[in-house]
Amino acid sequence: MISIRNVSHSIDHTPILHDVSLDIPRGGITALIGPNGAGKSTLLSLVARLAALTTGEISVDTLKIGQCKDRDLAKVLAIMPQSTQVSSRLTIRDLVGFGRYPWHQGHPGPEDREKVEETLTRFGLEPLAHRFLDEISGGQKQRAFAAMAYAQSTPYLLLDEPLNNLDIAASRSLMRLLRDMAEEDGKTILIVLHDINYAAAFADRLVVMKEGRIVADGKPEKVVSAKLLYDVFGTDAPVCMMDERPVVLV
Amino acid sequence: MRRLTLLLGLALVAVLALLSLFIGAIPLDPRTLFSDPEAARLILISRLPRTLAAILSGGALAVTGQVMQILARNRFIEPVTAGAGQSAALGILLVTLFLPGAPIWAKMAIASLTTLVGSIGLLALIRPLPPTQPLLVPLVALVYGGIIGAVVTFVAYQGDMTQFIGTWLSGELSGVLRGRYEMLWIAGLAAAATWIIADRITLLGLGASTARSLGVNVARITALGVAAISVVTAMTVVTVGAIPFIGLVIPNLTARLLGDNLRRTLPVSALFGAALVLAADILGRVIRMPFEVPVSATVGVVGAALFLYLLYREPRHAA
Ligand SMILES: Nc1ncnc2c1ncn2[C@@H]1O[C@H](COP(=O)(O)OP(=O)(O)OP(=O)(O)O)[C@@H](O)[C@H]1O
Ligand SMILES: [Mg+2]
Repeated sequence: MISIRNVSHSIDHTPILHDVSLDIPRGGITALIGPNGAGKSTLLSLVARLAALTTGEISVDTLKIGQCKDRDLAKVLAIMPQSTQVSSRLTIRDLVGFGRYPWHQGHPGPEDREKVEETLTRFGLEPLAHRFLDEISGGQKQRAFAAMAYAQSTPYLLLDEPLNNLDIAASRSLMRLLRDMAEEDGKTILIVLHDINYAAAFADRLVVMKEGRIVADGKPEKVVSAKLLYDVFGTDAPVCMMDERPVVLV
Repeated sequence: MRRLTLLLGLALVAVLALLSLFIGAIPLDPRTLFSDPEAARLILISRLPRTLAAILSGGALAVTGQVMQILARNRFIEPVTAGAGQSAALGILLVTLFLPGAPIWAKMAIASLTTLVGSIGLLALIRPLPPTQPLLVPLVALVYGGIIGAVVTFVAYQGDMTQFIGTWLSGELSGVLRGRYEMLWIAGLAAAATWIIADRITLLGLGASTARSLGVNVARITALGVAAISVVTAMTVVTVGAIPFIGLVIPNLTARLLGDNLRRTLPVSALFGAALVLAADILGRVIRMPFEVPVSATVGVVGAALFLYLLYREPRHAA
């Protein structure tokens, strides 16, 4: 379980998160939605200890953020950050292979290589495996970084807007892949999404943030409504139900 | 591809090393090597040390140049001209002035220390520069190196030691003899040690947060990288003088050919760096026989040409 307790966070004396508490039990997909600047990425980077936690407590299973070793957490939790502007010339296979680093510490064994090949297949990256990062498209790059996080084989997976740059087919196949991982491998996935329809279709639970606070939390069909869109995003898009699932008409 | 470049590098170094043993102001015939004791003496005392010095300094400078480019997140930078080289000269100048009786290892340690400070200063200086303006980094580095170089010149002038600084600020291999180049083995060792942390340095190239989320101790690896850079720069500057361009051109060449996975590319860089210094040194010996052109000058010419070629080559597109 990821447990976030009374977390507040400021950047340069500007408060960004206000007393956020959230529990994410094992298994399933939790989607984090909210307007730009709501603090979603900040929350994710605090959980992944990429920003220093100053107020409040976060723990992942038995590991306490701020006290546990980076290496130990790397075997439990993987994160794919929002922006991945990388100038390194690595092949896709090498990049995905580096996802295994916490396990092999630089000496990959046969099981690491196997995992890399499985990941490349699962993410449809095999034809690109030998290409360098600066020789593929933005969406392909995005998929490669998601694959790298997956190859890390952690029970918890944090993904910050993984659908950026992805076309509709790639978006749907990635979301379906995540569903499989949640259902078959029992992974716990926390994902930031902007497209509420994707969130409603694929997530078990929606957590809505606004201005550094959690303002709604629950099953998609309970949370998504025209009123919520108006209150949180300030836009008056109609919402209708299809197959017992809310759909935002844009 | 990698195996091919590795073999090519090995072959180049082997051929050039042989040439370097037998080419020079005093002609040597390989056939008389075992019969003529003078020839053997010349090889052991002068030509072999000189050849080893070229290999060690070239290999080490190429490797640390590559590490520096990752730590600085910029491909247009190399330690020797970016302040580290000048800091090494400053260190050895200060020891020579104020502690002339210090043992050689102490002098080397102090030069390494000033180089360390100089390298850290540079990294701190370029950290806030926007990544969208990649050319700012080499510009700042150039000015920074220039300022430290000016301090070196000023101190040398005050201490009446201007005739010495030339030997540090411009590299030359003609003075290399047995007993006078052995510090370069330390440079070679320091460069070879980066191989141990090659994976983690590669991960740093993906950004500090990616490295950290994979469990890499970012601060420690950065520190080790800077330490290796400083030791290599200090040892080469003090023993043979600053050799520019190696740390800039060779890493760019290997990155173009093989990418940025240092576990794969560092050995290739080391071989290419050694080959470039060997070739430049041989060129410097034959160009105006029996006089010699210093290796820093020939490397400058060859390296600049190579770098321009790399810059202007059509960007590669995958099939
Ligand atoms: N480095 C920074 N310096 C100052 N303010 C920052 C910094 N990073 C983020 N912020 C501020 O923190 C707030 C939350 O940012 P965060 O990136 O967490 O938002 P987000 O919910 O992920 O938004 P988006 O949907 O646009 O990705 C924003 O108001 C942003 O301006
Ligand atoms: Mg964000």
